[in-house]
Amino acid sequence: MKLTLKIWRQPNPRAKGTFETYSLEDLNPAMSVPEMLDVLNEQLMAAGKTPIAFDSDCREGICGQCGFVINGDVHSPERGATTCQTHLRSFQSGDTLVLEPFRAKAFPIKKDLCVDRRALDRIIMKGGYISVQTGQAPEANSTRIPLEQAETAFEAAACIGCGACVATCKNASAALFTGAKISHLALLPQGEPEAAKRVQAMVAQMDVEGFGACSMTGACEVVCPQGVSIAHIVRMHAEFWKS
Amino acid sequence: MYKKITGTDAYQEPMLISPSAHFSMGGLWVDYELQSNLPGLFVLGEANFADHGANRLGANSLLQACVDGYFILPHTLMHYLAGETALGARKLAAEERLLQEARARIDLLQNIKGMRTADQFHRALGALLTQKCGLIRERGQLQEGLKEVKELQKSFYEDLFLPETGEGLHMELEKALRVEDYLELAQLIFTDALQREESCGAHFRVEYQTEQGEAARNDAEFQFVSAWESTSEGFQLHREALHFQYMQPQERSYQ
Ligand code: FES
Repeated sequence: MKLTLKIWRQPNPRAKGTFETYSLEDLNPAMSVPEMLDVLNEQLMAAGKTPIAFDSDCREGICGQCGFVINGDVHSPERGATTCQTHLRSFQSGDTLVLEPFRAKAFPIKKDLCVDRRALDRIIMKGGYISVQTGQAPEANSTRIPLEQAETAFEAAACIGCGACVATCKNASAALFTGAKISHLALLPQGEPEAAKRVQAMVAQMDVEGFGACSMTGACEVVCPQGVSIAHIVRMHAEFWKS
Repeated sequence: MYKKITGTDAYQEPMLISPSAHFSMGGLWVDYELQSNLPGLFVLGEANFADHGANRLGANSLLQACVDGYFILPHTLMHYLAGETALGARKLAAEERLLQEARARIDLLQNIKGMRTADQFHRALGALLTQKCGLIRERGQLQEGLKEVKELQKSFYEDLFLPETGEGLHMELEKALRVEDYLELAQLIFTDALQREESCGAHFRVEYQTEQGEAARNDAEFQFVSAWESTSEGFQLHREALHFQYMQPQERSYQ
């Protein structure tokens, strides 16, 4: 199949970026979008041009490294898919794809389609962990957690930290990401002792990083490749008021 | 998940299944405290060799993340830190040297100015490993493969192409540095597969199989962990004995 690509090119964080147009032919519809960019990069390099910088690692939708915006859709036109899990069969031969980086104040562009998402790491560093003494491995049945609660915590823990929620939000809010992390730990006994301190510190860090406020439009939930529910944002708010 | 990847519905059409390399077995050597042979460098999770054997079974990663990160490291790391004094001048000198070494390594790659990209070398290496050191291994093939990896490594240093990308992020360089490591690791994988003259876990040598075609271990000679040290003369083997107390290794049979 044939595709025309309009890709955001920006050599460094300070430079002014522009869209550049490329055309690709003989593409295999089973290719993923990053694989298509590999093909393009090989061609660019053979022609002595600078390849396109983009992030990816596992290419199986589990690491959260990849992600850019395709024709206005964060990650993918498919629901519940990362960029690396988006295949060319989702498009028609002859289509034009506009690829641009995730845009948010807290995610400065490093180069082309790569953004710096370390702001999310810094939120985690403020409390997305437990610092209790674990001691010996306890007997597995000594702390019983209802299935539903464990499942909800697990659902929150499924967040891969890709930042799609931020990129799609009109306020560039990190509420879904932070909510998932807080919710995950708040639901389990290990997270309890530090729950109050955690929610205060992590919420404060969101502001420090320049993420916007959440106005509960729910757009984040729609693009989240892991289907993390905005119920976790509600739990974050509840935890916050409790603290 | 299957539908997402392949675009076909497994309820309607037969599933297409093929083996593919997902992990390399083993990892960095660590002691019981999870410290590597470099003092202060702790290795946990799947990066170390500690908890899985010749096969990485499902949920190995989960086990290692939980056991290493939750129960072992919080104790052993503290123990190490308690004995540490403030960062001394000696350490800073070592860091400076490492920085220079890293720069020299990057310069070396950047000055090759060849014709083949890091991806092209990566693909060639992948194909070689799959064909000659994949699911079914055989002495002659392994010897040949090892020779070919060495040749590939030689051409990597003669023919690597790195594009000019100006300042900032340089993804191709990052890839090239990784592929440079893979070329070395691949030689270790071949060397280890040749050395282990038995079939064990995911390591199946055609020469060593039962009449039913199952893996035939040779516990008398090979019941040990191969800890390979990289020295100036190549890889050097240290054998670490395995002791079984409550359960004895059995023959695996799918019959
Ligand atoms: S590359 Fe890992 S999620 Fe896409």
